[in-house]
Amino acid sequence: MKYDCIVIGGGVIGTAVLDRLATYSMRALLLEKEDDVASFTTRANSGIVHAGYDCEPNTLKARFNVRGNELMWQDVEDLDVPHLKCGSIVVARYNQLYQLEKLAHKAKDNGVLIQLIDRETILKMEPNISDEVVYALYAPSAGIVSPYQLCIAYADRAVTNGAKIKLDTEVIGIEKSEYGYKVTTTNGKFECRCVINCAGAHGADINDLAGAEHYETTFRRGDYFVIDNTERKNINTVIFPLPTEAGKGILVAPTADGNVIYGPTAVDSTSSDDTATSLASLDEIRRSVPGSYKSYAFNKCIRVYGGLRTLIGHDFVVKQSEILDDFIMAIGICSPGLTSAPAIAEYIEQMVVEKFGLIKKEKVVTVMRKHKRLENLSEKDLDKLIAKNQAWGRIVCRCEKITEAEIVAAIHSPLPATTVDAVKRRTRAGMGRCQGGFCGPKVMEIISRELNIPLNEVKKGGGAAIAQYKVKEVE
Amino acid sequence: MRTLDFDVAVIGGGPAGMAAALAAQKAGAKTVILERDVRLGGILNQCIHQGFGLHYFGEEMTGPEYADKFRKKVEKKDITVMLECMVLSLDKNKTVTALSPEYGLCKINAGAIVLAMGCRERTAGAIALAGSRPAGIYTAGMAQKICNVDGYLVGKDVVILGSGDIGLIMARRMTTEGASVKLVLELMPYSSGLKRNIVQCLDDYGIPIKYSHTITRVEGYPRLTGLYYAPVGEDRKPILEQEEYIACDTLLLSVGLIPENDLLSGLDVEMSRVTQGAVVDEKRMTSFDGVFSCGNVLHVHDLVDNVSEEAEIAGNSAAEYALGKYADTAEYVNVTATDGVRYALPQRISKGEGKVRVFFRVGDVYRNCKLVAECGEEQILSKKFMVLAPGEMGSVELDKSRISGDVVVRLKK
Repeated sequence: MKYDCIVIGGGVIGTAVLDRLATYSMRALLLEKEDDVASFTTRANSGIVHAGYDCEPNTLKARFNVRGNELMWQDVEDLDVPHLKCGSIVVARYNQLYQLEKLAHKAKDNGVLIQLIDRETILKMEPNISDEVVYALYAPSAGIVSPYQLCIAYADRAVTNGAKIKLDTEVIGIEKSEYGYKVTTTNGKFECRCVINCAGAHGADINDLAGAEHYETTFRRGDYFVIDNTERKNINTVIFPLPTEAGKGILVAPTADGNVIYGPTAVDSTSSDDTATSLASLDEIRRSVPGSYKSYAFNKCIRVYGGLRTLIGHDFVVKQSEILDDFIMAIGICSPGLTSAPAIAEYIEQMVVEKFGLIKKEKVVTVMRKHKRLENLSEKDLDKLIAKNQAWGRIVCRCEKITEAEIVAAIHSPLPATTVDAVKRRTRAGMGRCQGGFCGPKVMEIISRELNIPLNEVKKGGGAAIAQYKVKEVE
Repeated sequence: MRTLDFDVAVIGGGPAGMAAALAAQKAGAKTVILERDVRLGGILNQCIHQGFGLHYFGEEMTGPEYADKFRKKVEKKDITVMLECMVLSLDKNKTVTALSPEYGLCKINAGAIVLAMGCRERTAGAIALAGSRPAGIYTAGMAQKICNVDGYLVGKDVVILGSGDIGLIMARRMTTEGASVKLVLELMPYSSGLKRNIVQCLDDYGIPIKYSHTITRVEGYPRLTGLYYAPVGEDRKPILEQEEYIACDTLLLSVGLIPENDLLSGLDVEMSRVTQGAVVDEKRMTSFDGVFSCGNVLHVHDLVDNVSEEAEIAGNSAAEYALGKYADTAEYVNVTATDGVRYALPQRISKGEGKVRVFFRVGDVYRNCKLVAECGEEQILSKKFMVLAPGEMGSVELDKSRISGDVVVRLKK
């Protein structure tokens, strides 16, 4: 099958790019090696829409962060992605004012609106700030978004507009061909005129596979605590400590899903799949959080997770290859990658449009239909829905109050959810305090029924079954 | 929205809910059970092992059999049962908002409420289990449900963390299904389950248990391939130098049960930090007038028989309350626990005549000890025990006429 563009990698960068390409008269395909999009870096980060004050001025990071922040708030509205423009604060003690001032200078260089505020003002915003905090840098344009739902929403809109996504498809070879490129995968061969490498942690590998520029990649893992949604009421903004060489530091933030997170740490790693949390790293969070936030509640932890930052030098690598024609790369996308996604996609869109002189499709879906969710339905609408479909009255996930109808809708969405984790990312079923202890088997049953597969073939995500064997049967 | 009126609304249709509803109905109350599953019985439906009913019915039966006895009674009586019915909220007027496929979104006005929602299991997340996040890690109850109700076995090379009763039962269950249960790890120096389960589920099958050990990290993705564990010091922190590895494809967690009181967040109900359930008086009424609590949502029980008895008290009292027969002018005293006793329940007792049974749990294993109850200087009860363990709930009967003021329950060596 021949395509105009093949995007490699279904993280938020890849799907954002595909989403934009899908609006043009072209054949666009995204290849993802996992069984869902948003399966690696995109699913495990802070979910922060950064303001852009701390990026080194005149870098791609600064440019894409600031532009990405502008684009993000419209995208999340159009795509119906959970978000909140809650602002962020960087907190400092009395002898750290000069460090905040340094940040304020950077903010000015990057064109980001910020405000230096005193303790009294901080307390009005964030009553549970640590007693040691005296000053803060407030950035009103920062906020939070559900990173996986953003990625999934880009993918859904791209598919709705005619793009193709192939999951469980790992790229194992890229060769030049008469047409452009021949891309060999674990799931068939594809030809295209242009390759866009958005392969995240494997971005440099894909470059090597194609014979494009070689980059040395390093990795830095970050661990997090997820705290029960009962704690959400105690926090209003994203609270950062002062940034260091290793990153933005261990933050305390509400999540778009209604929880609170503490993290990430910054643990150097050599492995592209190192997302296993460690006791030492989790302990570091336990020690660090009280320094900025006094309503910490580690006893309300419902989950810990680790994510991986992929670093190539000190900046993003977003460009047309100088070695290979029509080979574009967006790699080394660490923080603020999520915020930058819409801007990187916009930049790549312009590159591709210029290259191939593309024209817009006549009919394009921009605003996606709002997801029906129990929590947002009026009494009247819910009654109507139940009258037509009883599944709207059947709550499957008790903790997050997710109905069977929402789960079925996720399984039949433009990019269908076929695993328990994929259902979880789309609906929040299993994301609550019982972590799927009650609803897990029920979700498995629904997937089994909807996809017409036996229960022991229902996967958690990553290709592993949850219930592996049948119990003994009597002959 | 449909509105329904009842004297007593029982939230939860497990053993506690069914017994409470039967008692309430018997006392003359128009009663409803709101159950979120497709059938009554709660967790009993997945407990296909023997060991239920010995105290209450005088015969030993399985969980589903025990549930069935109650279910049949409920069906015979004039009790409304709403199935697949999830309670969304409970407000100060004792109005329940619920959702079910049959009734849609509905309001249930009740004269009295009985909380019988049971408990949930602590998860890998709740204990901040370090390492990867693969398939192959389950709470013991989830694995039990998949095994006994759905008919699938989660894995074949099993390690169990924690020695709660469900974990022990699942050690035996998975062994009989052909799985190899390699090891049970328990953070504490003693089991948190019943002694009989240690004997019948581990010892009888030669399954080793290591006390004062915990998991330091799990490994493998997408499926669990193994884990590291280590002994813990006195601070219960793992001694990493003594870390060992064991290969496994399945980890079951039996690390505690938490009463599911999330529904009470909008209500001003006094909660116990120890039991994580409501503070109740001997009629099982919470600090919120007309709201009663029983079973595992009140405090975690080891024996369903005790749940049924407790629920009958709550159900009967709720009916009395709803029907205006609740002559409550009594003076109350507080019951507190100390010196090795983690909690005593009920936490409030009315002064007067008769006997009152007080349930308690200890915080460590004690041998040849004496449990005493005191009112000020006066000792009103003393009972000797050969052994008291955290995994086994105990009870003593107090003579109310001897209660002159607040009661303290403690251990004496």
